[in-house]
Amino acid sequence: MKRFVPLVVLAALLALPYSTLRIPGVFEGGLNTPGTLQMLAICLVFGGLALGYDLLFGRAGLLSFGHALYIAAGAYGTDILISHFGWSLWASVAFVVPAVALLAALLGAVALRTTGIAFSMVTLAFAQVGWIVVNRDPGGLTGGEEGLPLDSAGLPSALVGVANTANLYWLALAFLLVVVVVVHGIDRAPLGRVLTGLRDDERRVSVLGLSTYGLKLGTFVLAGTLAGLGGSVHALIVGGASPHLASADLTLSLIVMAVLGGAGTRWGAVVGGIAYAYLDQRLTQVGGGLPGPLSQPLFVLGSLFVLAVYFAPGGLTGVLRRRERPA
Amino acid sequence: MILRVKDLSVRLGGSHILQGVTFDVPPSGVTALLGRNGVGKTTTLRAVLGEVPAVGTVEFGGEPVLGRPTHRLVRSGLGYVPEDRCVFAGLTVAENLRLAVRDPDPDYETVHDLFPELRARAGQRAGTLSGGQQQMVALARVLLNRNRLLLVDEPTKGLAPAVVSAVASVLARVAEKVPILLVEQNLAVVRRLALGAVVLSAGRVAWTGAAGELLGDAGRTRTLLGVGRAA
Amino acid sequence: MSTVILLFLTGLGLAALYFLIASGLSLVFGLAGVLNFAHGLFLSVGAYATWWAAPRWGLALAVVFGIAAGAATGALVEVVLIRPLYRRHTEQVLVTVGLSLAGVALLQSVWGADPRTYPRPSWASSVTSIGSAQVPVDRFLLIGTAVAVLLALLAFLHKTRYGLIIRAGVENRDMVSALGIDVRRAFTLVFTIGGALAGTAGVLGGFYFGSVSPGQGASLLIFAFIVVVIGGLGSVTGSAVAAVVVGLLQQFVNYYGAAGAGDVSVVVLLALVLLLRPSGLARTAATV
Repeated sequence: MKRFVPLVVLAALLALPYSTLRIPGVFEGGLNTPGTLQMLAICLVFGGLALGYDLLFGRAGLLSFGHALYIAAGAYGTDILISHFGWSLWASVAFVVPAVALLAALLGAVALRTTGIAFSMVTLAFAQVGWIVVNRDPGGLTGGEEGLPLDSAGLPSALVGVANTANLYWLALAFLLVVVVVVHGIDRAPLGRVLTGLRDDERRVSVLGLSTYGLKLGTFVLAGTLAGLGGSVHALIVGGASPHLASADLTLSLIVMAVLGGAGTRWGAVVGGIAYAYLDQRLTQVGGGLPGPLSQPLFVLGSLFVLAVYFAPGGLTGVLRRRERPA
Repeated sequence: MILRVKDLSVRLGGSHILQGVTFDVPPSGVTALLGRNGVGKTTTLRAVLGEVPAVGTVEFGGEPVLGRPTHRLVRSGLGYVPEDRCVFAGLTVAENLRLAVRDPDPDYETVHDLFPELRARAGQRAGTLSGGQQQMVALARVLLNRNRLLLVDEPTKGLAPAVVSAVASVLARVAEKVPILLVEQNLAVVRRLALGAVVLSAGRVAWTGAAGELLGDAGRTRTLLGVGRAA
Repeated sequence: MSTVILLFLTGLGLAALYFLIASGLSLVFGLAGVLNFAHGLFLSVGAYATWWAAPRWGLALAVVFGIAAGAATGALVEVVLIRPLYRRHTEQVLVTVGLSLAGVALLQSVWGADPRTYPRPSWASSVTSIGSAQVPVDRFLLIGTAVAVLLALLAFLHKTRYGLIIRAGVENRDMVSALGIDVRRAFTLVFTIGGALAGTAGVLGGFYFGSVSPGQGASLLIFAFIVVVIGGLGSVTGSAVAAVVVGLLQQFVNYYGAAGAGDVSVVVLLALVLLLRPSGLARTAATV
């Protein structure tokens, strides 16, 4: 019975844009209004991005602080090719995603020569270059601090205009589905066990005669590729790329999502990503009405996160599972 | 009994390393803790010290001490000479010794009497010493203070034969004053020093008794310790 | 020539800031094994405390207050948040991550996201001529403070018992406990020292940039991380040398190369160092 829960949820998510249901307090308008659909689409994208990150963090135990770089590369790459060079959407994505994979392979090859905290710092430093480049606006390509709006002329008409927000929503759902299929596929394959083995005790895996370096690099590239794809989708949904995507804060929030939801579990990062993105957007909407620091979404989320590390080490999914067990 | 270990169990990373280890250490002489590689000898010492999480009972001088922070247990008179010596490589010999001092009147006299070399090398970085000299520093660290029991883990490992015998002589002299729980692979050293012996096998105590009785029986030594080099 | 002198001294001034942040980070990491993302928050707390106190109590007292606020924040974070997670390093890093996000947002909610003009002693905003170059005096204040801090730290580490415990603990903290020493007291101490130095960096950074904003700590922190890795985790002298190299490289390349090239060159330097001696840097340095 439990096996069908994800399918039921998927069916509900697929059908959601046809519903006019209003949930006061949770969403501003009805479910099928463009505002709510865009908000949900962003939540779904972050669910996918967080699960992709959790492939590194929760599964392989690689605490990367530079994942934002690959998301930003996907978003800006797609945006620049469409808006500056007039490429079609499909050509841009077909070019950008492999290019991001290559970037992850090159940088990962260097960063993975270190382990532990040094690895975290190196990935952080590499991502910082991305942040600097994006903000300096080289050749007017990235739009600097303002970001780069997406030129809708290069997009298929089905993805343009407020009336087509539902299509963007389905696109976001499709991205999440791709990440889930890939990551859960790895979980089920022998590779998944090898990765968690890597996380728990690297020596044991190398004793088996497997190249831990190659495995880690492969995982790093795969996670980077998913991030690049997610970046492209994000650019489509919000209609452009902004420097926030390249910031260290974005990577930190991915960590927060994975841990809040339950790192290394099947659905933890997805749930965490969706919940985080929802709270982040919703708190920004209602923030003005809240007193003092509560008006700052990051204050609320950061504090929640610190509390979760102490009191709910398994994250949201861990709490739910513990509830279930005594019954 | 200065140390009583009862039903001591340790799990690390999913494997059950100690499965209910029970033995006593008398208040004088050397007690040898023996067994093949990987049976949990070092883990036993570290569990007694509180360096690895363990369940069971450990009584030191009649008091239950399991769960007490390592530094407080050590301050109550338990000296530890770890495997591989663990001297601080970047500190000088004098600094290594000064760090270890906790009594108001440290016994530098005994240390300099046993290891005259350390006085001459006081200003030298411990990382540049030979293995034997590092072992002297490691032993000197516990001899500076008054202890009620010493835990000594493989003090002769990797040392040249002449140095092994020097270390054994030092331990023999020390054991006149303080009881020692000694983990040792070199059976010649065990034969020379130990009164009692505890043999571990796969995380459990396989044999307890007089050291002479164990080593006098070649067949038993071979089954329990898996070595033919009983000297 | 005058440009070179100015760039050199400005680079050293920046290096001074990096050193003040990196030395604390490096000691905290070397001893306690905690990669402290909240270190930038210590800096911001110090900077805002001085900014808040200066119009009320006068600048001199305000500076002391800022440094004390940084130190108190460091001590508090260690005792309340880090200590309960003893030995669980990933959780400790996560807590400092959450703290840095929440802390910056808290500062923002109180004083806003925009930079505030920073109070400066009048003599620090004057200019002096060195050869043909006109050099702002605050550069010397930064450099002088950093040199004094370096000498004081080395004296502390080499001449006092706590210094001895910290140096030994950076090598092997379990062995320090096994000698009967409560190494966790030393953890609180390095967090307090790190907080005080970060607070100092916050105040001096305010003088140097002329303003303070909630995100200032975070952007300096990333370069301080790079300095820590290049200098060797746990090594104060290494941090000093790496800070000078990074500060000068960044200044000169930023001036003579394209905008932002200096920042990028620092990251390239990091990659090169890691490629040439990866294990040497992952290991903690043998000497402090």
